[in-house]
Amino acid sequence: MTKTITDVICPFCGTLCDDLEVVVSDDGKKLLEVYNSCVIGTEKFLHSQAPDRVTRPRMHQEDGSWKEVSYDEAVEYSAQMLAKAKKPLMFGWSSTNCEAQSVGNEIAEISKSCCDNTAATCHGTTLIAVQDIGLPSCTLGEVKNRADRIIFWGCNPAHAHPRHMSRYSIFPRGFFTGKGQMSRKLVVVDPRVTDTAKMADLHLQVEQGRDYELLDALRVALKNEWLPDTVAGIPAEKIRETAAMLKSGRFGIIFFGMGVTQSLSKNHNIDAAIALTKDLNEHTKFSIMPMRGHYNVTGSGEVFAWQFGFPFSVDLTRGFARYNPGDTSTIDLLTRGEIDAMFTIGSDPGAHFPISAVKHIAAVPSVCVDPHLTPTTGVSKLHVPVAFNGVETGGNCYRMDNVPIDCRKVVEPPEGMLTDEEFLTKVRDRLKQLKGVA
Amino acid sequence: METVTITMKNAPALYLEADTISPDAFAGKNAAQIAELPAFEGNVPTTLGKYFEISGTAGATAADTKIVVKGDVKKVKYLGFKMSAGELVIEGSTDLYVGAWMTGGKILAKGDVAAFAGLAMKGGELTIEGNAGNYLGAAYRGDWRGMSGGKILVRGNAGSDIGMYMTGGEIVVNGNVDVHAMTHAEGGKLLVKGNAKSKLGGQMVKGEVIIFGSIDTMMPGFKPVGEVALEVEGTRAMFSHFIGDMGERHPKRKGETVYANLYKKI
Repeated sequence: MTKTITDVICPFCGTLCDDLEVVVSDDGKKLLEVYNSCVIGTEKFLHSQAPDRVTRPRMHQEDGSWKEVSYDEAVEYSAQMLAKAKKPLMFGWSSTNCEAQSVGNEIAEISKSCCDNTAATCHGTTLIAVQDIGLPSCTLGEVKNRADRIIFWGCNPAHAHPRHMSRYSIFPRGFFTGKGQMSRKLVVVDPRVTDTAKMADLHLQVEQGRDYELLDALRVALKNEWLPDTVAGIPAEKIRETAAMLKSGRFGIIFFGMGVTQSLSKNHNIDAAIALTKDLNEHTKFSIMPMRGHYNVTGSGEVFAWQFGFPFSVDLTRGFARYNPGDTSTIDLLTRGEIDAMFTIGSDPGAHFPISAVKHIAAVPSVCVDPHLTPTTGVSKLHVPVAFNGVETGGNCYRMDNVPIDCRKVVEPPEGMLTDEEFLTKVRDRLKQLKGVA
Repeated sequence: METVTITMKNAPALYLEADTISPDAFAGKNAAQIAELPAFEGNVPTTLGKYFEISGTAGATAADTKIVVKGDVKKVKYLGFKMSAGELVIEGSTDLYVGAWMTGGKILAKGDVAAFAGLAMKGGELTIEGNAGNYLGAAYRGDWRGMSGGKILVRGNAGSDIGMYMTGGEIVVNGNVDVHAMTHAEGGKLLVKGNAKSKLGGQMVKGEVIIFGSIDTMMPGFKPVGEVALEVEGTRAMFSHFIGDMGERHPKRKGETVYANLYKKI
């Protein structure tokens, strides 16, 4: 006999779908099938059942081989590394729950570390812009029920957030959007003809790196001021047409992704997009929302902001929280060689950072806490596998619209494996002993 | 004026945060007392004396004190942090936050400086003989008040985001500047004798930008309004005049809307 668990939360992307059904074996030890989720989400659940999964911590040996160690030895190495380092960096946090993040922040405070989450290479620039000029946002429920003008700017949810369009932004029939897709106009701004762009009513094929100019031109068009003949490869007429279309809606939303947050202008793109949203509110109701990637990167920002006052790139080395991306941000710390120990959890910088930064991870004492085998575990001195959060343990997570949702445990982890929170708690307690903190 | 010379002898393994290297902190102290001034290497509290050889005695006040920094200080941050008077001469290149939040006095950096130099500066003179990094004379993160007074002169090139949220004062760059110069500026003046890249003056409310060279891509919000003859630092020439950023909000003064002015040499 098998059991079907309903209303399971998907721990993959920031959409944090909450309608999955998971079939598990009668004893709750095997996960057999996943329904309703996208192909990536399904894979995340099924990957926990991989027969070749690493279930015990491993130390990298001098000859490049791995030696299995106990969790206690892993705790000792991690605590000693953090206690000795002059400037340790604790990075990641986006693929674990808020409870673990909070324990991690305690560790960072005791060890006087720098701590940062994956926003550093993702929506960190958004957070800078939000701090500069604010964010008129809403929840995804409002988008589903009200939005009739949808803009996807520099993002491709058809592939990156596969169920976003069917659950919230394009297809669902909401309270005031009874005709579903028919009641919405979709604008996509992307230099490439992506699968999302193919569905658009209007695709603005902006020149690469000219989003800032196009956003400014839209603001100028809203004020009926002079415009040059073409801006960012788009004719002025088309820009004025787009501005008119956005104004004519009842409720609009700009969703934006890494096409604008990590291309030329970075935070300024978002700054201008928020300013455009503000301007549009003089004509109709408009909101803006970042398409957050990891399922709990939003939660990590919330926990950092709640405990330290800043949402990412926090430097605690002087005993109080400082924040200035460019100085305290992970890539800069690594490429400038500012840190002397690296603790990674719930993220894979090895696959996403510039090679010069990854080389520095390989050069210093390093721990990687991750259930998977990744390029980061490959360059780290110690790899600590843990239970899959959202599959083998529950915990609080935040959706991209800042709505907290509790993840659910659906299956038992392999015997003897710790969760992120359990491992971090042991490290924290050992670190307290080493530092003589009560 | 008394001169204190500090020479790097034991370079830090990581980076040294030396926000006490300023005439204000040195004033009234002898070499031994200066050696005891606090600094940080990572999370380890330390003193200047562990890294620098210190000679000379400071004047009674900051205004009577001149500091000469010698040796390799590429890994030292915060030189001239919050200084209000006196002089600081940096013989080589250095790292972040040179003259950040300074309110007076003079800094002369003979090499390059990294990002955040002259951050939120209120007064004084900052001269950089090499190149400057990003965020020169800009606002601190989240602040809407960048450089508000004083003068910055860069003989080389400057990076991106210079003069962001600037409200007053003057920046002169003899070389080229990168993207986003004077973004969000609400006053102040930027003179670039070389070329500017794109996004120049984006979201600018008030203030003045003068460019002698080329502009990679003009912001669409800057509207051409004609040509004017200007005399800039002894050079008299014709300039194309633009006003903007038309997409941004603009205040009114005596019934007239105030725009930022951008002049490009013809």
